[in-house]
Amino acid sequence: MNIVETLETLWEGSGFHSFLIEGGWKNLIMIFISCILLYLGIKKKFEPLLLVGIAFGCLLVNLSYFAAGDTSDALYHMDLWDNFLNSEHPDYHSYGAIMAHGGLLDILYIGVKAGVYPSLIFMGVGAMTDFGPLISNPKSLLLGAAAQMGVFLAFFGAVCLGFSGEQAASIGIIGGADGPTAIFLTTRLAPELLGPIAIAAYSYMALIPMIQPPLMRLLTTQKEREVKMEQNRTVSKTEKIIFPIIVAMFVILLLPSTAPLIGCLMLGNLWRECGVTERLSDTVQNALMNIVTVFLGISVGATTAADRFLSLETIKIVFLGLAAFCFSTVGGLLVGKIMYKLSGGKINPLIGSAGVSAVPMAARVSQMEGQKANPSNFLLMHAMGPNVAGVIGSAIAAGFLLAVFK
Amino acid sequence: MSDNLYALRELSVGEAAGTAIFGYCVVFVGLVLLMIVLYCTGAYFKSKDAKAEAAAKAALENTAKEVEANPLKVIPAEAPKAPGSAGHVKLHGVPDKEAAMIMAIVADQMQKPINELHFISIKEVK
Repeated sequence: MNIVETLETLWEGSGFHSFLIEGGWKNLIMIFISCILLYLGIKKKFEPLLLVGIAFGCLLVNLSYFAAGDTSDALYHMDLWDNFLNSEHPDYHSYGAIMAHGGLLDILYIGVKAGVYPSLIFMGVGAMTDFGPLISNPKSLLLGAAAQMGVFLAFFGAVCLGFSGEQAASIGIIGGADGPTAIFLTTRLAPELLGPIAIAAYSYMALIPMIQPPLMRLLTTQKEREVKMEQNRTVSKTEKIIFPIIVAMFVILLLPSTAPLIGCLMLGNLWRECGVTERLSDTVQNALMNIVTVFLGISVGATTAADRFLSLETIKIVFLGLAAFCFSTVGGLLVGKIMYKLSGGKINPLIGSAGVSAVPMAARVSQMEGQKANPSNFLLMHAMGPNVAGVIGSAIAAGFLLAVFK
Repeated sequence: MSDNLYALRELSVGEAAGTAIFGYCVVFVGLVLLMIVLYCTGAYFKSKDAKAEAAAKAALENTAKEVEANPLKVIPAEAPKAPGSAGHVKLHGVPDKEAAMIMAIVADQMQKPINELHFISIKEVK
């Protein structure tokens, strides 16, 4: 055995050798970015349940590319997914080809591609959400609708920056502040942008306590922020049981493309409220939600291979995503101010910013800002109405964009 | 990514503006219609609650009238039930406050909402 030759072969076969070959630096940057994301998730607690998984998926896929290239040893194969989406290729829409030739992350990614994980996450969200504040104050739906402004402004901005309609729609939905919805829409319209969009969406959701308060203070007066709202009426058990059935029927008939998201959201909520399926409700809220979060995080992270992620488009998406969040907050606050005027000062406009979905973070921000203005102010339950209305609103916005561009 | 496989529909700025405005309107219309539906169901349940309350009030008034008409007749006192209550708990040598605490502790231990539990009686064991 020639020791030098063997060492040379080992060196050339190792991932470290890839540092020196063409394009290797890109993977190195992505590995660095994944470490930053891990730091943000673990140390700064930025949506850690998903961001840690996404960051580690990003690390794995870029290490795997480093070490194995686009070979059978790689965990994720972009070429397989390119073939999957290429109508002229024999493997077009063939999950069999993915199962036969794919790596671990390819197989996990099937759940994202088929829209299974986002829908199951919605089921868990439904099972964890109390829609009582929305049922007792249906006006909250107006705030949830208003806070979708960022979705459509970012969509418009993305088209102006040269993105196609499908890509612009996927970028715009970041403004819905709803991770599963953003992933669901992007996998259907612009799967090539999934990595940057998912990372932007979850990062900005985590940054809501920093993004929203300056806008809230800028757009409202001290007097408006001090408003104490009257207690909502008590909602009966029957109303809570009927609510998911009515919403599912109404929204799915209005926009059938929302069926996977709204259907799962409302089924989860019905399990929670009906009182005879406690075991299912508990499983969906905890075990299933955790399992899906594991798969979703790691497989979304897998889409951040350096070749696709490091581009000018990613930077544009990051800025458009931020703009979408800001405009959504502004939309909610402006309608909140209108409602303040129309109600003769009975509605605190701060609850409008909670219309951006991101349950319950956005509602908590409204509560904190309201309490800063008036320490005896308790806006949390009032803000939960627009907050959960935002979930329905962003699903409707996604359904509309899907209906237009699919 | 600019030369990606998937870029399908290039929109003009005008088309994009139109789609954005129309989309925003669709979201508003959808949620306004849902709001109307919720107000209607809410109104139905509120009127149902009001009727039940009125019936309870009328029953109390009738009892009061009966007592006024025949002060010697013994009528069992039946206070209106609290919202979400399943009835009255018979307390044997236990003050109200302690009974409430016991019920709260039992609900906590069983990890069930208190309004889903039915307490029949609480008796002090000496």
